[in-house]
Amino acid sequence: MNSRGSGSQLKDSIPIAEFSASGPFGGHDILRRGFTSVKNELLPSHPLELSEKNFQPNQDKMNFATLRNIQGLHAPLKLQMEFKAVKQVQRLPFLHSSNIALDTLRGNDECIGFEDILNDPSQSEVMGEPHTMMEYKLGLL
Amino acid sequence: MDVATSPPAPQGGFSFLNCLRNTALEQGLVSQGFQAPKARKTGTTIAGLVCADGVVLGADTRATDDMVVAEKNCLKIHYLAPNIYCCGAGVAADAEATTQLLSSKLELHSLATGRPPRVVTANRFLRQMLFRYQGHIGASLIVAGLDSTGAHLYSVHPHGSSSRLPYNSMGSGAGAAISVLEDRFKPKMELLEAQELVADAIQAGILGDLGSGSSVDLCVITQDGARLLRGYRTPAAPGKRLGRYRYRAGTTAVLSEKVELRSLEVLEEHVQSMDVE
Repeated sequence: MNSRGSGSQLKDSIPIAEFSASGPFGGHDILRRGFTSVKNELLPSHPLELSEKNFQPNQDKMNFATLRNIQGLHAPLKLQMEFKAVKQVQRLPFLHSSNIALDTLRGNDECIGFEDILNDPSQSEVMGEPHTMMEYKLGLL
Repeated sequence: MDVATSPPAPQGGFSFLNCLRNTALEQGLVSQGFQAPKARKTGTTIAGLVCADGVVLGADTRATDDMVVAEKNCLKIHYLAPNIYCCGAGVAADAEATTQLLSSKLELHSLATGRPPRVVTANRFLRQMLFRYQGHIGASLIVAGLDSTGAHLYSVHPHGSSSRLPYNSMGSGAGAAISVLEDRFKPKMELLEAQELVADAIQAGILGDLGSGSSVDLCVITQDGARLLRGYRTPAAPGKRLGRYRYRAGTTAVLSEKVELRSLEVLEEHVQSMDVE
């Protein structure tokens, strides 16, 4: 069995920017992506950009560290195992998954924040190319 | 196949996609004299105090766009819970969005706990939210209410700090309002006396600060519930003219009349188109 195909079932299977158009000059689609600049890709465009991108993982780390200090190592280990199991329940890669079990484990089912109101991923206006994404996920690419 | 077939991993919340474009536009256009649009601030006077029966919150009703009055009758007292209200100063949109989100958070939380929400919960939610955004959400709020533990008043600053006080004022007219409050505040005041004191504090802000104006709104929260008194006092009503001071046409007699034609030639024509988008 193609190991890449089964491996990509577990991680986030949206393809990353490895595939570029084979034009003579451009490395990518300038119309959709804009001009490239190393500075723009490396440095954040807003002081909050990085902290917002990493907010959920940082919250999780903080909660696990606290849990480890209070209850011992077994508590975060068991929880992380549940997280890992629950993250595997996903729809096809180009569709938005509800992640309802993940939200319940995190406690986000009883919370509301700006991420539920602004830029709701379930109401995104763009979608990836379904065939390409499926092929990448199954390792056929 | 193209990178365009794979959009970035979807994540809700604020999007920073246009930040680079905005900074490039600002740097490019400021040399030609254009300016980026400024967010509308409320330029406010808000105040609150804790009295014997509950809490009294007050606010003015003017919203400014830089030096222009954008709205003469905006509502700065926002609903959080049936027993908790909040006055908002700072950037108008930020204060509005933050209080609406906070109201939803409080409702979800009270449904989960099965108890009416507490003011200290609202304060903690607000502090954590504002600190997360490091002051970029420019909302200064005074949160006050009556819950099972008593009457409380918290003033929260945009960077996420808060103080629990018996009385406080915020906004551009805070200095004028706090001077009135400091002068006449007594612990455990009667309700009517407390209403008059808060109205006087806001009036001081309206008369003394350019960013505050129009009328005074009050919100009184007691055991019987919350009452929003819109337009409690209007210190800045335009004066009424007492009589007509214009002369009738024909009061002055005309002695003689002479008409002279003057020819004007157009020297220069300047057309300026209006931006009507």
